[in-house]
Amino acid sequence: MEAPWLWLITLLPFLGAAVNGLLHARVLLARAAGVADDPAGERLVAWIGTLAVAVPFALSVLAFVRLQGMEPDARLLTASLGDWIHSGTLRVGWALAIDPLNSVLLLVVTGVGALIHVYSAGYMHGDPGYRRYFAYLNLFVGMMLMLVASDSLLGLFLGWEGVGLCSYLLIGFWYADGEKSDAARKAFLVNRIGDFGFLIGGFLLFWGDAGTLQLDGLNAAASAGTIDPGTLRLAALFLFLGCCGKSAQIPLYVWLPDAMAGPTPVSALIHAATMVTAGIYLVARLGVLFAVSGILPVIAIVGALTALFAATIGLAQRDIKKVLAYSTVSQLGYMFLGLGVGAYSAAVFHLVTHAFFKALLFLGAGSVIHAMHHRQDMLEMGGLRSRIPTTYRTMLVGALALAGVPLLSGFFSKDEILFLAASGDTAPWLLYLMGLGGAALTAVYTGRLLALTFFGKPRFDEAEVHVHESPRSMTVPLQVLAVLSVAGGLLGIPFVMHPLATWLEPVVGEATAIARGAEHHGSHALEIALLIVGGAVGIGGLVFGLRRWQGDPAAEKARMDRLEGIWRPLANAWFVDQAYERVLLAPLRGLRALCAGFDVFVIDGAVNAAAGAGRAIGERVRKVQSGATSEYALWFGLGAALLLLIFWIGGTP
Amino acid sequence: MIPTSHALVLAALLFALGVIGFLRQRNVIMLLMCVELMLNSANLVFLAAARAHGKVDGVMMPLFLVVVAAAEAAVGLALVITLFRKRGSLDIEDFKGLRG
Repeated sequence: MEAPWLWLITLLPFLGAAVNGLLHARVLLARAAGVADDPAGERLVAWIGTLAVAVPFALSVLAFVRLQGMEPDARLLTASLGDWIHSGTLRVGWALAIDPLNSVLLLVVTGVGALIHVYSAGYMHGDPGYRRYFAYLNLFVGMMLMLVASDSLLGLFLGWEGVGLCSYLLIGFWYADGEKSDAARKAFLVNRIGDFGFLIGGFLLFWGDAGTLQLDGLNAAASAGTIDPGTLRLAALFLFLGCCGKSAQIPLYVWLPDAMAGPTPVSALIHAATMVTAGIYLVARLGVLFAVSGILPVIAIVGALTALFAATIGLAQRDIKKVLAYSTVSQLGYMFLGLGVGAYSAAVFHLVTHAFFKALLFLGAGSVIHAMHHRQDMLEMGGLRSRIPTTYRTMLVGALALAGVPLLSGFFSKDEILFLAASGDTAPWLLYLMGLGGAALTAVYTGRLLALTFFGKPRFDEAEVHVHESPRSMTVPLQVLAVLSVAGGLLGIPFVMHPLATWLEPVVGEATAIARGAEHHGSHALEIALLIVGGAVGIGGLVFGLRRWQGDPAAEKARMDRLEGIWRPLANAWFVDQAYERVLLAPLRGLRALCAGFDVFVIDGAVNAAAGAGRAIGERVRKVQSGATSEYALWFGLGAALLLLIFWIGGTP
Repeated sequence: MIPTSHALVLAALLFALGVIGFLRQRNVIMLLMCVELMLNSANLVFLAAARAHGKVDGVMMPLFLVVVAAAEAAVGLALVITLFRKRGSLDIEDFKGLRG
């Protein structure tokens, strides 16, 4: 069904970005003229920014309701503004297509996005770049919605690049700090590697006889078998490389922990809830294509490895945001594990619940950092429970959900993925055990985070740091997200209700059937057993983490300072950055020096030599130009005589 | 009748006189005169050739050349006057401003 108003969803955030950007320009001009900032202006900017996302949220709800009113197999809303590219057989339009899958994504992006805008209004209060911040944030939401809502791979790529740009701008938001702008560059460059893969994948698909870039067309071509299997496998692998970049999977995850340099709400929105899930969305969107290509086992293994690997690093971080960053990498690994075993709707389920509880945890961490006057080292916190009770209570809910404590959203979504991994076709028990190990570590580091931050006695000078609860604009989003983190589980409770899976069935059903076969794997008994194991591991890990680190924070500080044994590689993220430095960057730097030398000595040398020769010759020849008229006449005469002589000898032509 | 070769020899002598004068003289007016001399030697060649071949083309060309020479003399003398007013000299050795 045509629904042109869908365009409002994507265009309003861009409009908000433009208005706030202009307001920022005005403030810059005023500052140049020596006028102080108008503090009342912040309220207007926050309202514009928030409404530019809240209205699209309302429209997304409307789209959702409309879809619900249709036949399950005909649920589709489209909006076309005409052709974008029409060249030969390539035809791409400015067109949106909303089906059950991306309607869920739209709700998450705009809903969590709006909450984070509200939170940002308080968090960024008094920052000289307030307007710029909201302009970037709106731009990001617009690009993300473009990514999610587009009906073609090219439109998706437009949003994909756009969110990458906004991520760069926001990580380096405080660009005067060299370390932060370095982190922004790192994120951008690592993502470029992934984007390169995305592009190659897209080209391969188009020239590999798919003949279209429409997302549904690609799925249909893959399912009809018109794409050469070898090409298809290669294209899917390259596209997955793009997903590894954007969604921070091994080997391209290294940018995400550094991305914590940005403002904390940005980490919550971009680097936890929305942008990093773009890779999961892409694989789910092209579910049939990936299922037919046969690379799902690769995805599952990469996901499981990442889930386990990042969780180990999370155990030994001092910076509260770094713990959450590695946790995000790890949780994204679970989603890829889910996709890799063909559990598309479970992966999307975890995407949604993770968006809730990880955004909550990041915003809570932001509130803690706010209360601690921009201190992020958990070893210098402690005892915050009674001092910032709202933050504590909401973060506790988020932490319980992350740890997988039964009845919270994270428990249901994670254990569904683990169950489907255990009953899948690809090395089921190995993948399950890796996932379970990651889940146990997740619960432990979550307990450690809670213990070090909120429990025990304060380890900072209370006279110096005046801890205070955050303003209501920050605590209300926390409370809303806390409710969602609990209620998110209702989207899929085993044996009881699966509204999300039912909702997604028309979109991912075919892909799931190809990936997992038509018959239902795994018995109920197995599912119940795994649920019990998962719940026990979650509770046990959390209690273990809480007790161990609450008991003796001083020992933890000593351990983190000395970094002996296993703690050194853990705290240094297994030295992956250093390995990349040695193996990849050092040779590149050598090559760079070589090229620079070639440029300076060979290319510049040749140019300079040519110029020097011209100059030297000119220096000699200029003497001829004596300025004496009679001399010129003499030369002229001699020349004429010479010509005559030539004609005389050679005959007239 | 005077043979054509006489006229050509005379023209060559006049032309050589003009060239030598142009190279040796230092007064700008004299230089202009030498240029006129060379021009008119060329006229003489045209006329001699016209008479030898019995064609009218050779007579037409000196008519044009006389007109051009008149214009040239007018412009040249105007330049000479301006030059003298500005620099107070007509010695060609004083004008070497274009030396490289």
